[in-house]
Amino acid sequence: MVFLGGQVLPGNVGRAILGPFADQRAVDALNHSLGVDRPLLVQYGSWIWNFLHGDMGTSYVFRAPVAPFVVDALGNSMKLALVAFVLVVPIGILGGVIAALNVNRPLDRIISLGGLSVTVLPEFVTGIILILIFGVWLRWLPIAAAWPKGAGILTQIYYLILPSLPLFLVLFGYIARMARSGMIEALDSDYTRTAVLKGLRWRTVIWRHVLRNALLPTITVIATQTGYLIGGLVVIETLFRYQGIGSLIFTAARGKDFPMLEAGILTIGIVYAVATLIADFLYSVLNPRIRLGAEQ
Amino acid sequence: MTDPRQATNALELKELSVAYRVGRRNRAVLRNVNLTIKAGEAYGLVGESGCGKSTVALSVVRYLPRNGSITGGSIALDGKDVMKLDAEALRRARADSVSMVYQDPGKALNPSLRIGRQLTEIFELTGVTGQAAEDKALAMLNRVRISDPASVMQRYPHQLSGGMQQRVAIAMALANDPSMLILDEPTTGLDATVEAEVLDLIGQLRRELSASILFISHNLAVVSNMCDRVGVLYAGMLVEEGSTRDVFNDPRHPYTVALLRCLPRGGQRKDQGRLDTIPGFLPGIGATIVGCAFADRCALATERCRAEPPPLYELGEGRLSRCHYHDRAQSLPRATPAEIAAVTPKQAPPVLQVEGLNKTYASHGRPLRAVKDVSVSLRPGETLGLVGESGSGKTTFARLLLGLVPPDDGGSIELEGKKLAPRLASRSEDQVKAVQIVFQNPDSALNRSHSIRHILSRALKRLGGLTGKTLDNRLEELVRSVRLTDRHLAVKPRQLSGGLKQRVAIARAFAGDPRIVVCDEPTSALDVSVQAAILNLLADLQSKQDVSYIFISHDLGVVRYLSDKIAVLYLGRIMEFGSSEAVFSGPHHPYTEALLSAVPKLDRTESARIRLDGDIPSAANPPTGCVFHTRCPRKIGTICETQEPELTEAQPGHTIRCHIPYDELARLQKPKAMEPA
Repeated sequence: MVFLGGQVLPGNVGRAILGPFADQRAVDALNHSLGVDRPLLVQYGSWIWNFLHGDMGTSYVFRAPVAPFVVDALGNSMKLALVAFVLVVPIGILGGVIAALNVNRPLDRIISLGGLSVTVLPEFVTGIILILIFGVWLRWLPIAAAWPKGAGILTQIYYLILPSLPLFLVLFGYIARMARSGMIEALDSDYTRTAVLKGLRWRTVIWRHVLRNALLPTITVIATQTGYLIGGLVVIETLFRYQGIGSLIFTAARGKDFPMLEAGILTIGIVYAVATLIADFLYSVLNPRIRLGAEQ
Repeated sequence: MTDPRQATNALELKELSVAYRVGRRNRAVLRNVNLTIKAGEAYGLVGESGCGKSTVALSVVRYLPRNGSITGGSIALDGKDVMKLDAEALRRARADSVSMVYQDPGKALNPSLRIGRQLTEIFELTGVTGQAAEDKALAMLNRVRISDPASVMQRYPHQLSGGMQQRVAIAMALANDPSMLILDEPTTGLDATVEAEVLDLIGQLRRELSASILFISHNLAVVSNMCDRVGVLYAGMLVEEGSTRDVFNDPRHPYTVALLRCLPRGGQRKDQGRLDTIPGFLPGIGATIVGCAFADRCALATERCRAEPPPLYELGEGRLSRCHYHDRAQSLPRATPAEIAAVTPKQAPPVLQVEGLNKTYASHGRPLRAVKDVSVSLRPGETLGLVGESGSGKTTFARLLLGLVPPDDGGSIELEGKKLAPRLASRSEDQVKAVQIVFQNPDSALNRSHSIRHILSRALKRLGGLTGKTLDNRLEELVRSVRLTDRHLAVKPRQLSGGLKQRVAIARAFAGDPRIVVCDEPTSALDVSVQAAILNLLADLQSKQDVSYIFISHDLGVVRYLSDKIAVLYLGRIMEFGSSEAVFSGPHHPYTEALLSAVPKLDRTESARIRLDGDIPSAANPPTGCVFHTRCPRKIGTICETQEPELTEAQPGHTIRCHIPYDELARLQKPKAMEPA
């Protein structure tokens, strides 16, 4: 798909690289050396073949293998995702649980409505607002995510807090909503009634009986959002000038650097697939009905 | 008798009133209920759904829904006022003295915890932990006579059958040796044989433990077998109370009288007259009640009843009745005339002829024979009752008839002499019209977003091929035939009660003048009074239209009432087939015998019950020889394990699949003078 898209888009690779004033023969020669004048299927075949062998191709623009760029960018993206993840998952779940325990009371309304309102705001809006508040006005946090070379982990995290805040806001609503509805369902269930009527302490009921069943659906949501956290951050990364995989793809698409583009997108695809796989795995580990279903 | 509990009552409700908040208004659900359960006593609470039975139970344990509140009165458990307890004291009361078991054990157990863990946590409350708690849990499982308790401890709820789940739930309830055990419909939804097992268990445990029991059920027969005293609840009020024997044999409130009349009893059949019904509806929750709550539905009601609320009259010997005319309650005239048009037996050719029908599913790569070699025939205007536990192949057989799943190659289904295609898609329109179904749950069978008029018009269009004026006329006729009125047509299904919805479902099935209607547990979700009305309706439609029914129900009394022929299924095989009379009066197949003896009876003639051990085996791995030999109480020897008996004709029209000869069965089953169902 990605490959085809790249090929069908108008524009000539050689022309794009050499600029509008280059000699046509030079363009043809370049195209030939890049191999883009071969038939489409041959190109596709050799691309797949090379990719499977760990060779992601050579960047048209940088004239260097793509792999190190992609790996670097992926590493950066994962750092950002990790910070956002660590922020949003516990707080989102906590928010949902607190809302469910106070269902239809003011606290629930605040969390649910607040979560929903910030979720519907696109990240470039919240991003800019947050930059204005924390970066420009309060000057608490650096507005660009790129940390100085050789910075330690803590500095890196410090630089990543501001970019991860818009992500936090986008995901908080989702996760809190899922956690809330899962909790409400579990609290209303017969097994919770059984647990309460056993005379267990309220804390035990919640921890042992309610939470585990309530959060199963939330896990799936979180995992699918992990893919988004790593691969869907073009806007955020551009906004904060962060060298993640999102901005890598963006740059590659603008420069018609197809090998880079294809490798980047394929990597994101793999990340999504792995995230979903982990979600399914977690879900089945936590849910004995799926884990042990085959015995029935 | 030095038990200090003797001094106080186990449970005492005084003037208990409970309301649910619906639409910003408090609506009364329980109205000044007074009820006392003595220590060690089993008290039954009966009444139709919506009477407030479960609300009583939930009030006692203080677990009302969020919108429910106790608006007056008091609840005392062991002499302690439950309503005055703070959160911690309430928790202790739940941990120490009161336990509850309710319907649907599959939901009552936590799906993600092992059974062992769910039991040990109860003992941990009392400070017993680790191995000691495990041992106690194991002992508890032994106590509820679960087979292989050690392995059950390691399992998750979904790995247990319904009966085993309910045993576990009972074990959990009894683990703290409660003084009060509340059972809210504990056997509803279980198979008859499993129900019998669970009831047996509760009966035995009662003798072993000191707990008093509050037993809530809509099933009068179950209550009559389990309880010392019984209270009848109507519209949130106690309308009658007394010893079980008195109340059921000599009821003193017209509502109790009417409820008892709704049940097909003593082997009553459709050609012996209609069942009585209760006209009208239960007052909605929160309704303002002037006078007697039952007056609108009572044929004995006078002006006095409508104006002056009757008190609970004391009739002596602990009997109470909330009726001004309690001495005449039993002269309540029938609401539905008993007489029916005499049906002349027909000798018409069969409408349905099934020969050697098989259905094999693939289950984990192994064949699963859901229906094996089934042959039956049915004449117009006859009902074939299908009987057997869950997993016996009743529903698969129905699906084969309907063409929803194709049968294996071989066997044949003939409708009025013409072969029916195996798949619905390849059947002619007439054939599709001719075989229709009424489901157990009308809620999921009717499209929620359409009006009743739309649902029925569409059925008439599709099945009857009608349009315009003829459609309207036929629609009116159809609606009248199921005793609905025009005002029902405009509404959506959710605005109708369960009974009315089922009437719509029946009307839909009859839209295309069917020859055969499959009724799959059509009354199981309904109250007895509504059930009686639906059974009457089915019988009336049958005698008028000569339609045949395939009737599936776990309630043998109901099956007997409506059926002309009975097929008893076990693991997809017909174990016994014959006329309803022959099958019920016997001699019968040992499996039929066990099924019949599992039915709780109102008159408490406790005959030696035949217990079936364990669960129905898996159809993917059926036992060798006679498939029933693993549970058969009359197994005669190795022949049963090695050789599958043929379905042999014992008497003309009565076939039995058993190695025991017919005369021998007759001799074996003779001694008990038992009147089933």
